[in-house]
Amino acid sequence: MSTLPWLHPDRVALLEQTLQRRILILDGGMGTMLQAHELDEHGFRGERFQHGHDGHAHDGHAHEHPGGCDLKGNNDLLTLTKPEIIRGVHDAYLEAGADLIETNTFNSTRISQADYKLQQLAYELNREGAKLARAACDAMTAKTPDQPRFVIGVLGPTSRTASLSPDVNDPGFRNVTFEELAENYTESANGLIDGGADVIMVETIFDTLNAKAALFALSELFHQRGARLPVMVSGTITDRSGRTLSGQTAEAFYYSVRHARPLSVGFNCALGAEDLRPHVQTLANLAESYVSTHPNAGLPNAFGEYDETPEHMAGVIAGFARDGLLNLVGGCCGTTPAHIRAIAEAVRDCAPRALPGVVQEAA
Amino acid sequence: MVSSLMSTRHTRLSGLEPLVITPDLLFINVGERTNVTGSAQFKKLIKEERYDEAVEVARQQVANGAQVIDINMDEGLIDSEAAMTRFVNLISSEPDIARVPFMIDSSKWTVIEAGLRCLQGKGIVNSISMKEGEAAFLEQARKVRQYGAAAVVMAFDEQGQADTCERKVEICARAHELLTTKLDFPPEDIIFDPNIFAIATGIEEHNNYAVDFINAARELKRRFPDCHISGGVSNVSFSFRGNNTVREAIHSVFLYHAIRAGMDMGIVNAGALTIMDDIDPPLRERVEDVVLNRRQDATERLLEIADNYKGKRGAAEVETLAWREKDVRERLSHALVHGIDQYVVEDTEEARQMSTRPLDVIEGPLMDGMNVVGDLFGAGKMFLPQVVKSARVMKKAVAYLLPYIEAEKARTGDTGKNNGKIVMATVKGDVHDIGKNIVGVVLRCNNFEVIDLGVMVPAQKILETAIAEKADMIGLSGLITPSLEEMGQVAKEMQRQDFHIPLLIGGATTSRAHTALKIEPHYKAGTVWVKDASRAVGVAQSLVSKELVDDFLAKVRADYADVRERHRNRGPGKQLVPLDKARAQRFRCDWAAYEPPQPKRPGITIFDDYDLATIRRYIDWTPFFQAWELAGHYPAILTDEVVGPQASELFRDAQAMLDKIIAEKWLTARAVIGLWPAANVGDDVEVYTDTTRTQPLARLHSLRQQADKPPERPDLCLADFIAPKEFARPDWIGGFAVTAGLGIEKHLERFLADYDDYSSIILKALADRLAEAFAEHMHERVRREFWGFVPDESLDNDALIAEKYRGIRPAPGYPACPDHTEKSTLFRLLDATNNAGIELTEGFSMYPAAAVSGWYYSHPDSQYFVVGRLGKDQVEDYARRKGWTLAEAERWLASNLDYDPE
Repeated sequence: MSTLPWLHPDRVALLEQTLQRRILILDGGMGTMLQAHELDEHGFRGERFQHGHDGHAHDGHAHEHPGGCDLKGNNDLLTLTKPEIIRGVHDAYLEAGADLIETNTFNSTRISQADYKLQQLAYELNREGAKLARAACDAMTAKTPDQPRFVIGVLGPTSRTASLSPDVNDPGFRNVTFEELAENYTESANGLIDGGADVIMVETIFDTLNAKAALFALSELFHQRGARLPVMVSGTITDRSGRTLSGQTAEAFYYSVRHARPLSVGFNCALGAEDLRPHVQTLANLAESYVSTHPNAGLPNAFGEYDETPEHMAGVIAGFARDGLLNLVGGCCGTTPAHIRAIAEAVRDCAPRALPGVVQEAA
Repeated sequence: MVSSLMSTRHTRLSGLEPLVITPDLLFINVGERTNVTGSAQFKKLIKEERYDEAVEVARQQVANGAQVIDINMDEGLIDSEAAMTRFVNLISSEPDIARVPFMIDSSKWTVIEAGLRCLQGKGIVNSISMKEGEAAFLEQARKVRQYGAAAVVMAFDEQGQADTCERKVEICARAHELLTTKLDFPPEDIIFDPNIFAIATGIEEHNNYAVDFINAARELKRRFPDCHISGGVSNVSFSFRGNNTVREAIHSVFLYHAIRAGMDMGIVNAGALTIMDDIDPPLRERVEDVVLNRRQDATERLLEIADNYKGKRGAAEVETLAWREKDVRERLSHALVHGIDQYVVEDTEEARQMSTRPLDVIEGPLMDGMNVVGDLFGAGKMFLPQVVKSARVMKKAVAYLLPYIEAEKARTGDTGKNNGKIVMATVKGDVHDIGKNIVGVVLRCNNFEVIDLGVMVPAQKILETAIAEKADMIGLSGLITPSLEEMGQVAKEMQRQDFHIPLLIGGATTSRAHTALKIEPHYKAGTVWVKDASRAVGVAQSLVSKELVDDFLAKVRADYADVRERHRNRGPGKQLVPLDKARAQRFRCDWAAYEPPQPKRPGITIFDDYDLATIRRYIDWTPFFQAWELAGHYPAILTDEVVGPQASELFRDAQAMLDKIIAEKWLTARAVIGLWPAANVGDDVEVYTDTTRTQPLARLHSLRQQADKPPERPDLCLADFIAPKEFARPDWIGGFAVTAGLGIEKHLERFLADYDDYSSIILKALADRLAEAFAEHMHERVRREFWGFVPDESLDNDALIAEKYRGIRPAPGYPACPDHTEKSTLFRLLDATNNAGIELTEGFSMYPAAAVSGWYYSHPDSQYFVVGRLGKDQVEDYARRKGWTLAEAERWLASNLDYDPE
């Protein structure tokens, strides 16, 4: 539990110091950046997966799927097949001013990779994803030692929900259990930690029960390892109803994850910054932890594309920062290094949100 | 609003919504009825796996004010882990239940864990304790923290449960010390349960148990102000089981003192808490003696009088006529609140003689009485059947006064005032009006003038009446899906004719989403969906109030704009599969090995004037109560703690009328059935004149599910349950049309003349029930005799209602075959209008309204399902098969479209 020592105490101390001084910048979207490379099926497969399955696997499993599976769209696989592209995206965000880089592991869970019949890669994808981000951050920190960079190991929501029924005829049915999710997250988190992540972020939480399984798994894992990493938690308000997909209000969501004593709590994805503001405000009023947000570049237009400009988005975010709501800010779907650069610029002179606990201690 | 957090340590729980326990909440009610150890009824439901009813118990707890609900499945014959998982998952899917936090209650840790694994919110574990030592206690507490829950800590250690104040405090203090020092467990997440034990048991050591609890609560609250104190309240009165009046008195006295001492949470029956002041004074005194252990003979003295309070209802009977002694104002009020019409004319006359104007009687005592009714109904203390009875009394009084009022008007030109005027109608093509009539009654009770145009009313007539009557609003109602389309048309017409009064939408198939998407955008002056009769008054009052109307409509508009926005932004994951793919994943059967049952009596069979007494035995009563907005299943509803008395009274009245309906032959039941050779052709079924299957009689069109399902679960289509033609033995399909509503009109007119909406609504609801029962009965006879594939079937009515038989009887217009127009094919095949006296309206509604029609399928795997949303590919394909244009298909299938038509 929270009384465990930190796994990397000096990294945590450095992160805490920086957080108290200024608003830290997260990176932006991965998908948009990868689309620019226009990779085809062949490009995604690389050499190792040229037959649609893992050429390195020696256990004979590959033979069960002659011809393999289409792998185009499995962005996380590019960590293994096109690491130079992923590294390029990380570098571009670091150049733009990001303090924290998110690993390319959003779908690197057993459940999500099973869609590509690559479930056995879950651990490797996370470890290698963390190593890639680690190398990019360390190289940048070496250039500008006064601005330390940190690796956020990302645990995504998976493609299933533990508190919603996929069957309209049976609201009691579930296609995934808490235990399965916890096992998935344990495996992925082990990879992230072994690859050198500084922080773990449970993000894009549609269903708080999935997140609780992740937090449970992390707590058990830290307990077993005898040391812990800081944990960031970021939910998703799916639409203007102001609730998560699983029906919780922002306040109820916070109370459901608060037991994990996260380093930060926030919201990301689904909405643009303007629509997220009232919910981030709710967290800023309540949270004992730091508050983060990484919104989309607006709402998708008629073609499903995000078209909010860097200037516009940065302008809205600057308003959050001036009103003292933020400790960490970045971008999600549709954001690019240009957005991150503009956001970093816009919040540079704003004080970070003060932790309410600090106030209390002073009193 | 969110409060600033850090100054005090408040307990912060959550379901879908937050629950922050601040001192001003005083006492948190934890609902106790979803507990198999505390409620025999709930235990029975879980044991028999009647989960839908079990879910209703939870819903009622929340509706009655439970702020948390306690869930316990500890029973030897139940697989407790599985039941906990199933039940918590089910209620998690019900937003009006899941909004509150859940308390996972079990003496088995594995059951607690099973529950915690289903909770997305922050709930409470009930309970953990040191009964198995400190190590086990701390390990469980650590897990509770990892799952993100608060915990009830029971005053229980290695030596046993604490009974004295001293032991209770000592054990709780030790638990607190361990939790906060060894684990960093937040003190506000600790809820002590210092054990409530039964008092007045006749054993002297038990006499001080309540006092011990109260004193322990006081001391614990003083020492640990951030923690909470809870307990299972009904334990304290256990020795008086069977005597609810005394038990409830004990509970309220106990709570009164315990809450003052510091108890701030309790597991209680949220619907049945008596107010201390309402307890009969002699009873209260003796109960306090027992609870506070004030005298040696307290138990004996309470026992002496306890029996006087048993079955309080008898006592109420004696009082019945006491109200006749009061003054006329109070008598009228009493008559209205209790729905007694026996003396209303004489009382009204007396009141009239005392008033200067006859109108004063209405605006004075009668409206005062109806306001009481409105308030009680609004507060959930009265139910619809009572309100409708009150309205009957009101109408009789008004009818008596009317000639005097007219005379007065003629003399002075003075007219009365009312809240506002509403024109209401069931739209063109639809004959269903039970719900609309109830809304009319409720509005009249609240002093609205209601002009009810009846059923099947064309748009123009509604609009003309609204103009002529200078109405303040229009209300539209409908039951069948084509009515939804018609309501949109009325809205468009109102816009075109430049109306400026609000439009209200109601009826079983209407919804907020449909109103927001398909009606409201067409009409600028404001459209409001009204969920049920209980909401109608609030909506209507907001709309006629100058102060409220703008805000109210702005809110509604914003809300609907939100619904539309969300609809547009519906995320992925609900994607339909293309029709080809759905067809490839059809229901499969080894037809070569299948023997289609051959009917004993093919062709048409007609039943004139069927025996109503036989039909009566097949009635499913649950929907009868639903029609009156009484939630619950028959027969449990008759003994329900909240609506039981009302349900029983309504049921008695319905039974009495049913006796008359049968004895005096108010209604005539007729039916026609048919069985024809048939073959599957794609998603259609071809029906033939005879088994050579050369002469097609008709082609029946079905729709297919397009849900994205795993391969083992087919995308269903009714046509799949009929064998294709190539197999030697022909398959068959059946059709039926039944009614029990012939002759109803003259009785409805009689009730109308007597201002008796109550009887009128009961009669219509009974005719509906009889028609459904008749359909059930005919289906059984078809299985046993006419088709004869289960000649020896013998199922009781519960099994029939639960559809435990082979085959189905889907009705056009319902979820498995949502296209209402298929009814015309069915009616043609059966010649139902000539053979059973049932007519089809242009909207494919049946008249008499108490009628049921549909198809018979015999395949053992045939099942009911919901077709759900349809892709454009299927709608185009269906239009081709039906010989429709795409626009026609989109109009008839409007409620099922997965896309917005051009």
